[in-house]
Amino acid sequence: MKKQLLIVALAGSAAGVFAGDWTGFRGPLGNGVSDEIGLPVKLSAEKHMTWKTALPGKGLSSPLVVGDRVFVTASGGTRQDRLQVICLNSADGSVNWKRQFWVMGSTMCHKKTSVAAPTPVTDGKLLYAIFSSNDLFCLDLDGNLKWLRGLTVDYPNARNSLGMASSLVLAGDVLVAQVENDSESFVAGLDKATGRNLWKIDRPKSANWTTATVRREKGGREQVLLQSGKGIHAVNPSSGKVVWHYADGAATIPSSALSGDMLFVPSHGLTALKLGADGQSFEQKWRSGRLRPGTASPIVHGRKVYSLNNAGVLACADVDSGNRLWQLRLDGPFGGSPVVADNHLYVFSEEGLAQVVDLTAPEGAVVGKMDLGEMIQCSPAVSNGALFVRSNGHIWKISNKTRL
Amino acid sequence: MLGLGGLPLGQAADDGFAKAVATLRAVGGEGQGNTAAGQALQRLAKGGPETIPALLSAMDGANPFAANYLRGAVEVISGNTLAKGGSLPLVELGEFLLNKSHDTKPRAMAFDLIRRADAKAAERLVPGLLSDPSVDLRREAVTRLLGQAEGLAKADNKPGAVLLYRQALDAARDLDQIQRISAELRELGRKVDLTRHFGFLIDWNVVGPFHNKGRAGFAEVFGPEKDAGLGAEYAGLEGKVGWKKYSTDDEYGMVNFNEPYGALKEVTGYAQTEFISASDRPAELRLGCKNAWKIWLNGELVFGRDEYHRGMRIDQYKLPVQLRKGANTILVKACQNEQKEEWTVQWQFQLRVCDATGTAIHSLEKKNAEVAAK
Repeated sequence: MKKQLLIVALAGSAAGVFAGDWTGFRGPLGNGVSDEIGLPVKLSAEKHMTWKTALPGKGLSSPLVVGDRVFVTASGGTRQDRLQVICLNSADGSVNWKRQFWVMGSTMCHKKTSVAAPTPVTDGKLLYAIFSSNDLFCLDLDGNLKWLRGLTVDYPNARNSLGMASSLVLAGDVLVAQVENDSESFVAGLDKATGRNLWKIDRPKSANWTTATVRREKGGREQVLLQSGKGIHAVNPSSGKVVWHYADGAATIPSSALSGDMLFVPSHGLTALKLGADGQSFEQKWRSGRLRPGTASPIVHGRKVYSLNNAGVLACADVDSGNRLWQLRLDGPFGGSPVVADNHLYVFSEEGLAQVVDLTAPEGAVVGKMDLGEMIQCSPAVSNGALFVRSNGHIWKISNKTRL
Repeated sequence: MLGLGGLPLGQAADDGFAKAVATLRAVGGEGQGNTAAGQALQRLAKGGPETIPALLSAMDGANPFAANYLRGAVEVISGNTLAKGGSLPLVELGEFLLNKSHDTKPRAMAFDLIRRADAKAAERLVPGLLSDPSVDLRREAVTRLLGQAEGLAKADNKPGAVLLYRQALDAARDLDQIQRISAELRELGRKVDLTRHFGFLIDWNVVGPFHNKGRAGFAEVFGPEKDAGLGAEYAGLEGKVGWKKYSTDDEYGMVNFNEPYGALKEVTGYAQTEFISASDRPAELRLGCKNAWKIWLNGELVFGRDEYHRGMRIDQYKLPVQLRKGANTILVKACQNEQKEEWTVQWQFQLRVCDATGTAIHSLEKKNAEVAAK
């Protein structure tokens, strides 16, 4: 069910992460692409809904998977002021443990989102969970709290009345928290062992819900690519210093997709940047106003880039030229980003409809659908032959049941 | 015998325990003390369920970081205990809950633990929570009362239902419950004064407009920030401006600058009122505002925030302050920006004075009535 590749070699990540683990927003590489094979395609609830477990709170963060454990965040309580981290058994969906903390920052957010909007990240040993309130908890995989931060307590104007949503990323031993908003806007690089600030840089005073991309070069050097309305800032994760800046603006909801040395930025539609091998430069290769990601982030698979707009139209383009090859109308709207595995694109609509697109079909083809009956706004996790997706009330495992 | 937060730790107390608790309570902002706290928590989490009341007690007066660390220990101990079929110290948890000298958060957590261990025991405690300082706990009691009131209403016992709804409204602090109860009372033909229930301030003096070109007005110190005397005149956007009396009849106390000044853009306005406190006391100014704003109490800046049109709700901002006995001057600055979308028309705020539970504190008298309108 999985290619026997150590993600650790690919991602330069910690030794606790292995092939098949889904370790952060849009997976271990942050691009939504999985090397899993054999996922179900022609979906049916009878054959593929392996388990469904009720969650104690709301959320639209993506699940994570480490080995046989699934992690998901949620928020509960009348005022959504109980921050929850839940660990489930991947095999049967039973709850291994649940931890709940008091909110320290603001719970205010738009009714469509929730306090558990950002996706956690893990290095395979420790789990880092942040919430819209800018409260950050580090737990081991057995649910023991290691450290915490209350970033809105520390920086009281760091909040957004619509809610925050940028997910955490790990760059080596640095945990990057993107806390961008109209007022006290910043990004902090935290020591992942202690939570203390290694650096903190001012950011554009503008609401931003994107998630950073981590570029990992062959030599082990890493860069954090921060997206905002001001474009892309490439930041050295050790120092927080800006290395280069693409200054032509970018979207503040869909995030960029990195594939090799190409960065596909939601900017003036979609803009392809070729990143220099020296880590100091970039070159714009093409730009297309016809590829305009909506809420969902673009995704690259093979030599093609896919963009899902707010009308629910999936467009496929050539990565080298940006020329649109085909487009396919899906049943939207979409609040979460798609994932790709084994030549199929999986995406869940806000209506709860799972849709599977065969990317090998000449113009793409929807080959599977399954109605989960609840609003889905997350990007699914892909791990060990299964998809994991959550709503405000439940989390599902979707897989071939015979492959338990 | 060690005491933390006023509760002896009893047998749970030993030097290691006390040091670990002290370590957790010493954590500070920006992750200060995190490393030591993680180790201390590991030690505490190995304790048995009998240590839970002491850990809850240690949350009294703790900062929010420390309270969450301590909660982390309780979460592990209680989770492991119940998972292994063990029992929690119900009596001690109940006694902790019933002792209102403890902080509200650990008391609410004690209730949650009791409910997880013995739902019926928790249910029996609910009637006594109607006036509890914990908003979470009193919500439980209000919910119960609402169920009883609905039963009476369905049985056509209108007087009984009205009186129960009145009790529920008096106790309710959550907006959803308050709105539900007031709707039921009005359906039953009774009047409800929500403005007074919340304690919204409705009588103000306003002055403006001043500029907010390029959103620069937020930082600029206009005349009212230097001299808020009601007789003062200032250089406004288009000549001299002075204070005008303004009262809102909005049920939720909305002070709408668009009413006296029109739907302007890139402007700044000020509102001032006097609040007469019966005593020196802590209080909260609770603000809802979707414009950039600043608030001063008795000439001291309380807080400010330069966010525009991201949303507004009752009690959006809870600002702890110290009221002084007698007259207190509250000055609010509200800035409107340049956006043109229909959802950016609002140039307004709502403000109430209450205690930490959200119970309205009312001004002793309305001094504004004496203010001559310009």
